[in-house]
Amino acid sequence: MNIVVLIKQVPDTWSERKLSDGDKTLDRASSDAVLDEINERAVEEALKIKEAGDAEVTILTAGPDRATDAIRKALSMGADKAVHVNDEAIHGSDAIATAKVLAKAIGTVGDVDLVLAGNEATDGRSGAMAGMLGELLGWPSLTHANELTVENGTAKAKRETDEGTSDLEASLPAVVSVGEKINEPRYPSFKGIMAAKKKPVTTLGIADLGLDASEVGLAGSLVQVDSFAPRPPKSGGQKVEDEGDGGAKIAEYLVGQKLI
Amino acid sequence: MMVGVTSRILDRADLDFLLHDWLRVGDLLDRAPFAEHDRETIDAVLDLAEQIATERFEPHNRAADLAEPHQGPDGKVVLVDGVQEAIRAFAEAGFIAASVPAEHGGTGLPFTVARAALAWFQAANIGTASYPFLTTAAVNLLLAHGTPEQIEAWVPGMLDGTTSGTMCLSEPQAGSSLADITTRAEPQDDGSYRVVGTKMWISGGEHELTDNIVHLVLAKIPGGPAGVKGISLIAVPRMLDDGTRNDVVLAGINHKMGYRGTVNTLLNFGERDGAVGWLVGAEHGGLAAMFHMMNEARVGVGMGATALGVTGYLHSLEYATTRTQGRAVGGRDVSTPMIPIARHADVRRMLLAQKSYAEAGMALGLYCSRLVDEKDTHPDDGSRAEAALLLDVLTPIAKSWPSQWCLAANDLAIQVLGGSGYTRDFPVEQFYRDNRLNPIHEGTHGIQAIDLLGRKAVMRGGAGLELLLTTIRRTIERAGEHPEYAAALEAALVRIEKTTATLHAAGDPDVTLANASVYLEAVGHVVAAWIWLEQLVAVGTRDDAFAAGKRSAARFFYRFELPRTGPWFDLLDSLDTTTLEWDPS
Ligand SMILES: Cc1cc2nc3c(=O)[nH]c(=O)nc-3n(C[C@H](O)[C@H](O)[C@H](O)COP(=O)(O)OP(=O)(O)OC[C@H]3O[C@@H](n4cnc5c(N)ncnc54)[C@H](O)[C@@H]3O)c2cc1C
Ligand SMILES: Cc1cc2nc3c(=O)[nH]c(=O)nc-3n(C[C@H](O)[C@H](O)[C@H](O)COP(=O)(O)OP(=O)(O)OC[C@H]3O[C@@H](n4cnc5c(N)ncnc54)[C@H](O)[C@@H]3O)c2cc1C
Repeated sequence: MNIVVLIKQVPDTWSERKLSDGDKTLDRASSDAVLDEINERAVEEALKIKEAGDAEVTILTAGPDRATDAIRKALSMGADKAVHVNDEAIHGSDAIATAKVLAKAIGTVGDVDLVLAGNEATDGRSGAMAGMLGELLGWPSLTHANELTVENGTAKAKRETDEGTSDLEASLPAVVSVGEKINEPRYPSFKGIMAAKKKPVTTLGIADLGLDASEVGLAGSLVQVDSFAPRPPKSGGQKVEDEGDGGAKIAEYLVGQKLI
Repeated sequence: MMVGVTSRILDRADLDFLLHDWLRVGDLLDRAPFAEHDRETIDAVLDLAEQIATERFEPHNRAADLAEPHQGPDGKVVLVDGVQEAIRAFAEAGFIAASVPAEHGGTGLPFTVARAALAWFQAANIGTASYPFLTTAAVNLLLAHGTPEQIEAWVPGMLDGTTSGTMCLSEPQAGSSLADITTRAEPQDDGSYRVVGTKMWISGGEHELTDNIVHLVLAKIPGGPAGVKGISLIAVPRMLDDGTRNDVVLAGINHKMGYRGTVNTLLNFGERDGAVGWLVGAEHGGLAAMFHMMNEARVGVGMGATALGVTGYLHSLEYATTRTQGRAVGGRDVSTPMIPIARHADVRRMLLAQKSYAEAGMALGLYCSRLVDEKDTHPDDGSRAEAALLLDVLTPIAKSWPSQWCLAANDLAIQVLGGSGYTRDFPVEQFYRDNRLNPIHEGTHGIQAIDLLGRKAVMRGGAGLELLLTTIRRTIERAGEHPEYAAALEAALVRIEKTTATLHAAGDPDVTLANASVYLEAVGHVVAAWIWLEQLVAVGTRDDAFAAGKRSAARFFYRFELPRTGPWFDLLDSLDTTTLEWDPS
């Protein structure tokens, strides 16, 4: 089995996130960057499949130089090798442009049976990558999987969303995006950290993927940001003095907000 | 994961500064034992420590404090949820084996880096951290003194977290004075021993966290020399090879002020026909074997005290920036908003004092850890010997100074929080109670003081102390940018020289040692001032908030703290005998 796990380095949820004034893209340099936790779950799922049978796990990311830290972490958890698409031209890509890049990069890995992704990145939050990749690769895509079994050329997933739960099944190759509840990711270990240093990481530019600069980045994106403004600070809220009728006043407020 | 600048457990930026900009651990990586490592692996290990400490250790710190370990109806020791998972994650990641050489299944990390990583766990939850820390100490002892069979039997389980270790030195009647222990080990025809006696205060002495517990017991083999020269080290496993329980009985659990997550036990060995044990190292060589590890263990205690000092500082700093109270001096207009308490000078005094103690403690602990690496791996014999000598002199200070002053820092953290600091709704009171152990165990403050003044200051004709002073003077030579501090430090060194000579010329050992604790505290403060100057030199011309913070804390130490040593040296120089002449009856 050949598994590709898509990982993304995202700004730490605890640090302040900003857009840069110039080209109105995410200012990644200004915040701490970490491997998105949902991607740790995707890596964990791949490692479980590997441990249950026989699989090679390849990490794939499109990101700047410092995304190597995220790659290193995924490798130290136990993945076998990595592909790092690193090209200034990709800066500013929207979801569709990103999907184009990733689809081509998946093509460089060889006969891939399964692509695992997070269901939604904590920064971009489009929640679209698995679907778009399925389309571009011509493979089925099973999204929001909170359970996954891969057996005899078939992937079975339990899809859980706010709308409800459904059981999905598709033949391989397939794209699967994982949800928060799928597993508890393992920690890297010292041995894993040491071993990660010796694992191969292939760095590719868009030319290696047969893409032209006009197809990616700000130029190749359908979505363009015209302007943005920081979220207004929280207003003071409404103070209610309790003169014996506090309960009624709260109920009144909630009714007014159509909450009850 | 919640890693980043926001952690209130430790300050990663400070650790990176100390390890790389100051102690240059990168230079160690050229040496064969550490050749596998580089900056990336060091960063990854520190990230991992922060992550596991944050996610597995810190969350149950308060729960473990509130629900002390106790015996369930079946007699088994009950601990809160989360301890087991934390220790498993710690072991699986490889932290028990952090500084164990690769040939024994360890990671061979420089001790300096391992100590920095382990501080995360001490700060996050010192009660839970104790269990694997004791196991690491047992591993180190067995690797240094055990037979290949003993290593084979116990070390793999210890490294993977299924076996734990304890240190059984103290007895009800013999704590500071180990010469007076009465536990006996009777040799048997099959080469084993039968151990009979009572051990008090044994941390991790009984629990269900691991399948087996190997007790490392100090005992006397009958017929041996009296006193400390007749003490042997015996390994006594809870479970024997045939699956039966050894004759080791949990006689009671101590109810403590802090460190409550660590079960602390009274153990009876040999209530029936003697607990089965095996000699580790030479007959009557037990104390020497234990003491082989003593410098490292004592530096570890100092680091624990420091870790609690740092986390208390970070918690109180955060509180002080969000709690508003009062207005600037002279501001009486109640229609203006109140200001954060961190703007009040007196609160700043309390915060800066904490910073100046806690960051000096961290720097001192890591400096001493660097000496451990030097003494173990420096290619040159002379340099190794020099590092060992300096470490010997500094050890009582590295143990006691943080235990005293980072406890004082926790006291100030409570004060910064005001009434809230005195409640269990905030963690600072627990830090204080946890930290209060550190001046007591691993040799009390008073015992360290006697060790420094009575032994270390005069050993080899005073060569150790002289080396310390020379080392500090080398820093002074490099501190041309800081003439005020350099001059104050030089003056303090002269006082150490004079006072040490005066005390040892007293002609009466009782008088020499009467005020040993004052000596320890005075020399400790001078060493801390030196450590601050070292950090300033390492900061150099760096111009950012971090560097400004270091300069402020150093200035605080030189203005508020170092001058305190004057009256202490005066008292020592007067050979005061007030305490000797008092009749407590
Ligand atoms: C208006 C707008 C402007 C934007 N500007 C920028 C910008 O300037 N710079 C920028 O970096 N992003 C920018 N983005 C976000 C960028 O478009 C998305 O990050 C990217 O297209 C992927 O979408 P997502 O992160 O929302 O993916 P999702 O579909 O939410 O992610 C799901 C999963 O897909 C995988 N995945 C996503 N991205 C990658 C990747 N790069 N490499 C490997 N795997 C991946 C991961 O497994 C992830 O968990 C912008 C988005 C919008 C809407
Ligand atoms: C929470 C906790 C955990 C512990 N864990 C362990 C453990 O795992 N294993 C273990 O073996 N022990 C352990 N100990 C024991 C610890 O090391 C002893 O408590 C310590 O050595 C002091 O011994 P003591 O309590 O008998 O005090 P004492 O020796 O009775 O000392 C009482 C006071 O007298 C002073 N004093 C004693 N002798 C002298 C002297 N010669 N000159 C000047 N002053 C002196 C001491 O400084 C102290 O202030 C633990 C203790 C505690 C509280």
